[in-house]
Amino acid sequence: MNNAFRDPQSLLVVGGTSDIALATARLLVRRRVRRVVLAARPSGALTRAADELRTAGAAVETVAFEATAVSDHEKAFGEVFAGGDIDVVLVACGVLGTNALDPVKAAEIAAVTYVGAMSAALVCANALREQGHGALVVLSSVAAERPRRANFVYASAKAGLDAFAQGLADVLHGSGVRVLVVRPGFVHTKMTEGLPPAPFATTPDAVAVAIHAGLRSRAGTIWVPGVLRQVMAVLRHVPRAIFRRLPG
Amino acid sequence: MADALLAGWGRTSPSRARVLRPGSVDELAAAVQTAGRRGVIARGLGRSYGDPAQNGGGVVVDLTRLRTFDLTGDRLVAEGGASLGELIRALAPRGRFLPVVPGTRHVTVGGAVAADVHGKNHPADGSFAAHVEELDLLTAEGMVRTLRPGEAAFHATTGGMGLTGVVTRAVLRPIPIGSPTLLVETRRCRDLDDVLACLSGSTARYAVAWLDCLSERGRGIVDQAAHTEGPVTAALKGPLLSVPRHMPGGLLNRHTAALFNHLWYGKAPRVSVRSMPLGAYFHPLDRIRDWNRIYGPDGFVQYQFAVPYGEGLKSVVRRIARSGVPSFLAVLKRLGPAGEGLLSFPIEGWTLALDFPAAAPGLPELLDACDQAVIGAGGRVYLAKDARLAPESLPAMYPGLARFREVRALLDPAGVFQSDLARRLRL
Repeated sequence: MNNAFRDPQSLLVVGGTSDIALATARLLVRRRVRRVVLAARPSGALTRAADELRTAGAAVETVAFEATAVSDHEKAFGEVFAGGDIDVVLVACGVLGTNALDPVKAAEIAAVTYVGAMSAALVCANALREQGHGALVVLSSVAAERPRRANFVYASAKAGLDAFAQGLADVLHGSGVRVLVVRPGFVHTKMTEGLPPAPFATTPDAVAVAIHAGLRSRAGTIWVPGVLRQVMAVLRHVPRAIFRRLPG
Repeated sequence: MADALLAGWGRTSPSRARVLRPGSVDELAAAVQTAGRRGVIARGLGRSYGDPAQNGGGVVVDLTRLRTFDLTGDRLVAEGGASLGELIRALAPRGRFLPVVPGTRHVTVGGAVAADVHGKNHPADGSFAAHVEELDLLTAEGMVRTLRPGEAAFHATTGGMGLTGVVTRAVLRPIPIGSPTLLVETRRCRDLDDVLACLSGSTARYAVAWLDCLSERGRGIVDQAAHTEGPVTAALKGPLLSVPRHMPGGLLNRHTAALFNHLWYGKAPRVSVRSMPLGAYFHPLDRIRDWNRIYGPDGFVQYQFAVPYGEGLKSVVRRIARSGVPSFLAVLKRLGPAGEGLLSFPIEGWTLALDFPAAAPGLPELLDACDQAVIGAGGRVYLAKDARLAPESLPAMYPGLARFREVRALLDPAGVFQSDLARRLRL
């Protein structure tokens, strides 16, 4: 159960080897989380992540999850919820990809970052609604607000997911389940390794701290760092001819 | 039948459940037997501060239609949904009073049993359960069992937070009173030692102190009271004020709390003696309808703990005063020897209850640190108030927990009675 401060006791991570997701899991385990379920493609990284969280004191389960195999999501997550209530679901699956104008690669990015994440979020939202309480954290991106040349395919998928999550939040209003949309800026992770950082670049740990603070508040959307909320409010209105020339 | 989002009095962590309002014990039994996978819990007037009377995704039975009662001789037989306020109102003109009343009268008999509530007279009279001659418990298989003190099921039910079954009826022994008036002595105390000395030296039946935990010294006001032969006034009055539904958050902060505590202390006379109606003494906050709304949409948390006499109380008070987290008037009482309820809260020593805005920065970590100090002193927190305790802290606080679990497993092997509190604390 989430307690009076909305600190959860159990956590399901969809895309369980993402740097941001693991930083968040680590932080929440230091508070009240005692059960962690990592849903991801089986890999050495997944095993290592599970071991690390176990050492930190959590009971950790891993579930094989393939974002694009949407017809399997119901069964995979059904078993997770059958094993006990999940207080927070963190949907963090996504691929940045390259921005070569390759239709097959672009479709793959969308299939994981948008379609897979949306399907997983819906399956989990229904399970949360049945248990009558919980929070669904959807990892979006500031790119969802205004795509840049460097990431527009990924940005378009996050824009779709972001819009979906906002609508879902309204659908779930009054159900005891809330949705928290998280829009980080450039985060130094293995996904962005080697890329030139954009202004206001941040770290997975900073995103984790912001997610924890967001869960404790009644916020529906948070930006990381927080100043990006104001920055994006301005950038949204910058003419394209100028936006195109901005750094990053 | 309707789905509803339910929260406790602190208005934190709501969850959605199917709410049934049975009009008879038979309807109640049917509701329990058809509860489904996520179980059922009884709810009364919703005055538990945290999550014991909610059951996310399951069934909540609202007991307030089962509210009849009858006074014959000196025994009061009341249904589980009867409120203590209604009972007091009926008893007072007949020169009777409830032996134990908590800080609000908006509590049902079932809730008073399940939380094993205590009053300002615990050293003299014990907790609510000490005055229950017998009670009827609707168990998981839909049968009503009559329980009496001495039976394991009785002592698992008193203080058992509704997890052994639904209390459908209780037989109580009211006490005789000369009039519905109390003689109250109010005394201003300049620091915590003064407050403790004043409470320790009190020979009055009822005693309570209001403590200013924002002042380093821990100054306070001690009210002692006894029943009296006095002018007959109305025992209970209706609310004077009510708080609007949409209050903004953040009204109660360190500065407003300090100001309020200062004014409260300043208005108290150094020493005074006067007579007061029952309600004004026992339930001052009931005069403000929906007072919990003043904390705004984030709600509030009440932290009530008990520690044996010794240094435990002061160490927790100092920790809270130093933290800078705003706390409004804290209520300090003495507790007498513990009763037999396996999860009953009172143990001999001090009990302090503090209200905090739930969104106060640093509060979650402060209260976790207080838990450790309380455990170190051999104390515990009160489950009827709790909304944030960690499950691993519970066994150290309640040595009766293992026995409670055994009795509960016998009474309810399938775990039909469930609540958000039970899930959170892995009861």
